[in-house]
Amino acid sequence: MDSGMAQEPPASLEGREAARAGLSPREIVIRYGFLLLLAGLIVFFSLATRGFASPQAAVFILQSVSITGILALGVTATLVVGGFDLSIGSIATSAMMAAAYAMVVMEQNALVAVLICLAIGALVGLINGLIICYMRVPDLLATLGMMFLLIGLQRIPTEGRSIAAGMTLPDGSTAEGTFSPAFLALGRHRFDVIIPDLVPSSVVVLIVLAVVIWFFLEYTRFGRMMYAVGSNPRAAEFAGAPVKAYKIWAYVISGVFASIGGILLAARLGRGDIASGNNLLLDAVAAALIGFAVLGAAKPNAFGTAVGALFVGVLLQGLTMMNVPYYTQDFIKGAVLVIALVFTFSLLGRNGR
Amino acid sequence: MAESPVFRIAGLAKSFGSNEVLRGISLELRAGEVTALLGANGAGKSTLVKIMSGVYQADSGEMTLGERPFAPATPAEAMRAGVVTVHQNIDDGVVGSLDVATNLVLDRLSGKGASIFFNPRRVRRTALEVAGRMGLDLDLTADVTELPLADRQMVAIARAMAHEPKVMILDEPTSSLSAHEAARLFELIDRLRARGVAILYISHRMSDIRRLADRIVSLRDGQIVGLFESRPLDYEGAVNAMLGRTLRQGSVVSQAATHPIFRAEGLQLVPGARPFSLTLGAGEVVAVTGLVGVGKTRLAEMLFGIHRPVAGTMELAGSPYTPRNPADAIRQGVFLVAKDRARTGIVPDFNIYQNMSLPFLPRFSPLSLINRRAERAAAKEQIGSLRIVCRSERDDLATLSGGNQQKVMVARWLSQPSRMLILDEPFQGVDIAARHDIAAKLRESAADRATLIFLTELDEALETADRILVMSEHTIVGEHRNAQIDMDRLLAEVAGAGRPTLSEVPAHG
Repeated sequence: MDSGMAQEPPASLEGREAARAGLSPREIVIRYGFLLLLAGLIVFFSLATRGFASPQAAVFILQSVSITGILALGVTATLVVGGFDLSIGSIATSAMMAAAYAMVVMEQNALVAVLICLAIGALVGLINGLIICYMRVPDLLATLGMMFLLIGLQRIPTEGRSIAAGMTLPDGSTAEGTFSPAFLALGRHRFDVIIPDLVPSSVVVLIVLAVVIWFFLEYTRFGRMMYAVGSNPRAAEFAGAPVKAYKIWAYVISGVFASIGGILLAARLGRGDIASGNNLLLDAVAAALIGFAVLGAAKPNAFGTAVGALFVGVLLQGLTMMNVPYYTQDFIKGAVLVIALVFTFSLLGRNGR
Repeated sequence: MAESPVFRIAGLAKSFGSNEVLRGISLELRAGEVTALLGANGAGKSTLVKIMSGVYQADSGEMTLGERPFAPATPAEAMRAGVVTVHQNIDDGVVGSLDVATNLVLDRLSGKGASIFFNPRRVRRTALEVAGRMGLDLDLTADVTELPLADRQMVAIARAMAHEPKVMILDEPTSSLSAHEAARLFELIDRLRARGVAILYISHRMSDIRRLADRIVSLRDGQIVGLFESRPLDYEGAVNAMLGRTLRQGSVVSQAATHPIFRAEGLQLVPGARPFSLTLGAGEVVAVTGLVGVGKTRLAEMLFGIHRPVAGTMELAGSPYTPRNPADAIRQGVFLVAKDRARTGIVPDFNIYQNMSLPFLPRFSPLSLINRRAERAAAKEQIGSLRIVCRSERDDLATLSGGNQQKVMVARWLSQPSRMLILDEPFQGVDIAARHDIAAKLRESAADRATLIFLTELDEALETADRILVMSEHTIVGEHRNAQIDMDRLLAEVAGAGRPTLSEVPAHG
């Protein structure tokens, strides 16, 4: 034993030197590859198009990704506990319809509409969590079922019609209510930052929520325990963690974030549009999964999710400004996602998963 | 009985890297005989089985089946040649979503020369034939998933019998069966024996071996260390050989407990098991030893609030102790270093200090905000005190050796004071140096708490504990102070000879 111990210190010194000598090229690629790619894209589009490198374009990109970004931050919470939430897109559209219904049909004010939406998000998340944890339904299937349920449910009150001020109700009367200005401001108000009327409120909400969820996951006990639950639920349980409670909370967070996305969507559109929000789910999931590849995390993380959302926004905006046809957008998003996933799971496959 | 051997192994060796798992095994199996193979974890049993069933190839040595050399490259080839293996995990042997009849003839359906059309009537006819031959009384149309474990096991064995095997290997077939179910399995094995099949039966359960074995082979460290075939069979000798004769006593100075901390009365682990009492005191290290499957992990996890006892009362520091879950146990100062650290201990995405602080995070996070500096300082202290070899407390656990990973797990639970520290097989996959470090640290820090260590290896118990308890059939059957131990009595207790009524006592998995 003694001779064994005597040999150890040099070995660990060697290790320390290797760590100080810096990262191998492969490690640099793993760690900074996606950020470098993002920077490269921005430089490329700035040179190749006119007007890409302007505050207005930057804000436009942020605005275009704000709602999917918020949904993606929510789904990140479920990915952290080793789950998945496919119902976020339909929670967002349900919240949008509920906000419109509350104001236009029930003639409520903005605050009530917002509270109803948040309550719907929390309730659906809670139900998702209970079904997954206590009824033992696999997460993908439970939230897939919830997605169908909500898509159907949001059409029932208006018999499948979109909701707008002055619409005809099922009983033949005309809706008296309107979207309150305070509510619309959530989607349309712009704050003065350097240039007047520059930053839309949805971007502010995105940035605030991103910082909050990032801080929550990285620096609070709750966030740390959520990562433990996702990484090895049995070990977390043996360390005294109430595993099911953490999982359920993750789905509640995801539901609430999705409903915030829905509120912003309703405020931006100014009506409850049955046909909107089709792409929300896939775009949000893509952003969260691209986030795995950022900084070599190989796990869900808030910063990566935000960068993932931004990456998709930059790419699409740049290509649009270069007159690439709109119908190639989905293909490009899909390709980016596949590349990011290959990157994450082949280069970073250190856990053998 | 005294026929010529059906299956012969000569000088079989196998290494994985520098690790010699089998070092020249020679063994013969005879038709119509049950040969029991005894061996501790890591003795090389499963490697031997995998070579015989074509999963691995031997590095050297040869096998003969009948008169012909036998060197299967795949499990399918071994099966076609007549060597059939029924694995421990029953569900590997059956297809859950299909009915019994289809399962019974599955290999014919998918084998070479099988018709591409599925003929339900022919399947049923063949299945009836197979079931009849095996005396299997089951509803052939039932889904296999609806069957109890034992019936699934029977289907797996009957399915294997469809190949007309000459040799059948049963790898711990009773590990998840109840006593009644096991009895039915034994009848089936008797029938196979009568049909002239050579059977290699692997089990840790001495009661199985007493019931079935015609001869016993003990394996230790990749070598056959004992062959017992003269009647009556020397069961204790076989266990002794399996555990090794190198047992040394007196390496610890046995300490007596200062005051009692934990007391249990009339504790019953599983239905049908004999209740037992248990008292643990501060300052003593108590080892619980016994073969695999006698309920050691069950007891450890019960004390930690994962299972409930069937009957009995527990007391911790004078007040009733009924933990509802691990969190409850931890709150009351009962910690468990769980068995199988990869499954129940390590959080793979976390580094060393995050793994160590996991159960005690509230102490490092006032207002829920984690104080990483305090976390890292606490981890550094443990790294120093347990001599964990790493670059820093921020290293990933995956970069550490098995011994150092285990040290991190022990350090986690030593980092805060406990009333009772339970360790379940803490030396599994740990090198000798790390084992000594951990044992020394446990003894040195034991003063104010009760320490209970579950160890299958008797050597480890002798090396670590002040007091040794022996478990068998889900109850405690013996107690020894670790000074001038009556080794013969202890080994007899481990082998399950402590109680004459043993074979009638139901065993539960």
